[in-house]
Amino acid sequence: MLRYTFQRIVLALAIVFFAISALYTVMITLPGDPTTVLLGPRATAEIRADFRERMGLDNPVYVQIAQFWGRILTGDMGTDFNRNRPVAEAVLNALPHTMALVFGAIFWSATLGILLGAFSADNRGSWLDRISGVLSVAFIAAPSFVVALYSLLVFSVWLRWFPTIGAGEPGDIMSRLYHLALPSFAIGLAWVGYVARIVRASMLEALGENYIRTARAFGLPRRTVIYNYALRVAILPAVQVLGVGIGGMLSSAVFAEIVFSRPGLGSLIYDSVSGRNYPVVMGSMLVAIGFFVTCALIADLINAALDPRHRSKA
Amino acid sequence: MNAFRHTLLGRLLADPLAVFALAIVTLLVVSAIFADVIAPHDPTAMNLVDRFATPSTTYWMGTDNLGRDTFSRLLQGGRIALYVALTAVTISGLIGLILGMLAGFGPRWLDNALLFFFDTLRAYPTIILALALAALMPRGLGTVIIVVVITSFAEYGRVVRTQTLSLKNSEFILAERAMGASFARIVFHHILPNVLGPFFILAAMNLPVVITIEAGMSFLGIGVPPGTPSWGATLKDGFDYIRTTPWILLSGGLPLILATVGFTFLGEALRDQLDPRLRKTR
Repeated sequence: MLRYTFQRIVLALAIVFFAISALYTVMITLPGDPTTVLLGPRATAEIRADFRERMGLDNPVYVQIAQFWGRILTGDMGTDFNRNRPVAEAVLNALPHTMALVFGAIFWSATLGILLGAFSADNRGSWLDRISGVLSVAFIAAPSFVVALYSLLVFSVWLRWFPTIGAGEPGDIMSRLYHLALPSFAIGLAWVGYVARIVRASMLEALGENYIRTARAFGLPRRTVIYNYALRVAILPAVQVLGVGIGGMLSSAVFAEIVFSRPGLGSLIYDSVSGRNYPVVMGSMLVAIGFFVTCALIADLINAALDPRHRSKA
Repeated sequence: MNAFRHTLLGRLLADPLAVFALAIVTLLVVSAIFADVIAPHDPTAMNLVDRFATPSTTYWMGTDNLGRDTFSRLLQGGRIALYVALTAVTISGLIGLILGMLAGFGPRWLDNALLFFFDTLRAYPTIILALALAALMPRGLGTVIIVVVITSFAEYGRVVRTQTLSLKNSEFILAERAMGASFARIVFHHILPNVLGPFFILAAMNLPVVITIEAGMSFLGIGVPPGTPSWGATLKDGFDYIRTTPWILLSGGLPLILATVGFTFLGEALRDQLDPRLRKTR
């Protein structure tokens, strides 16, 4: 397990390194003055000259990438020239909002999805199972940003049950959760479908295993066998898929943050792109990819810890 | 008639959900092809007198902030959605097919290198990468297609690689080799046809995803050029006027939901028919 953990961590670091380096290379080798690209059109000639020298823009590309990572490792992600603050500050202020949104969505959708999947497997072939099967696919198919827009229209604008803007009062948990409800609903809906399907399938598989038959033969109550023994194993594939799915959720979060005017990584990148604020774009990309790869890594390690068979697959 | 029941189409038509999905997809394709004929108005013609018109017999789904007919714009938007989806899926599929077979057939180091490459590309969250690239590239359908290709060919590559690897060591390929079959014969006559099944299922499942990405990018203003009647652009107009004229938003989302649900159900049905192994848990 230790060896596997080590291998996975090295692989994850390598992926983040190459993904970000590739993007940085595209940015600095693009035709045109890289100072315009990296500083934005609003930068003065003075800032440009200083920047050119400080960043070593006349060096070969690989040296520049090494210098870029050198700066990142010392915590310097550059300066947000539009608002005159360090990029690290902007990004670290935004990250918790996006994390709350993503984990909030995972929490409710995984809970509901697991229950729905277990129930469907338990009542296989019933009309409730069929309805949940069709609903799962429909949830998966519905684009999250249309769900966000429609729920904004229905629940905020028409019914006025939920707020339309912002992330709530700082320090007030209830207000935060209240503002989180609709956006996390919009992001999570598809995941109810995914999780339900996966749990249902792996549960049906688990129910055919010998140890379940043995438990039944020992006369354990059906409920205990299904919801305690089988479900425990059936959740694992869902954990894996959720870990990888964080990437998709980050994309959905961009829309949810813009539709509900919430602060976060998505809206930060969006605002930076329209303002050509490249250092912020680069910093947000780094944090977004790092966050995603870390989540996928953790899900993978949880799986490997709980199911040794998983380790040999890699 | 009996024989028809055993063809792919015949089996699909026996499944009510597949019939529903086929109907939606057919409707979308036909309305996209004949958009110019069906559209009651010019989708880009502005009519400032009729701004924000409510749905009526003249304007079935009302008009937007510039007095353009929403229904006609949505018909035209279907064309854009299908064009982007088909082009992007074809390009990324072909790249994935070639790289996946290379990984499956090539030496160990090439396989590892390509796998790492696929994993790295998967680390980019699609819309966030789209935003970063949009800052560098001109706005247009070309950019949308490039973003989709970058973020999706790795998935095809992985599936094709796995399939190739398991086929490469199967007994019938070994027998072919023993009989002196050429490399080209093995690849094009045996591996390729067997890889194509899962490949097409994946491609079908990806169509609705790509349609959503195009609409999403256009919604964010990094997709189609301004004024182009993409579904995402209509949704953006609807979002801007959500309090006063909700019908733009309501009708703008409708074709997008229809398309994604239709294509997803069709993909599911196709998978069930083409790959019976996946049916065991149903």
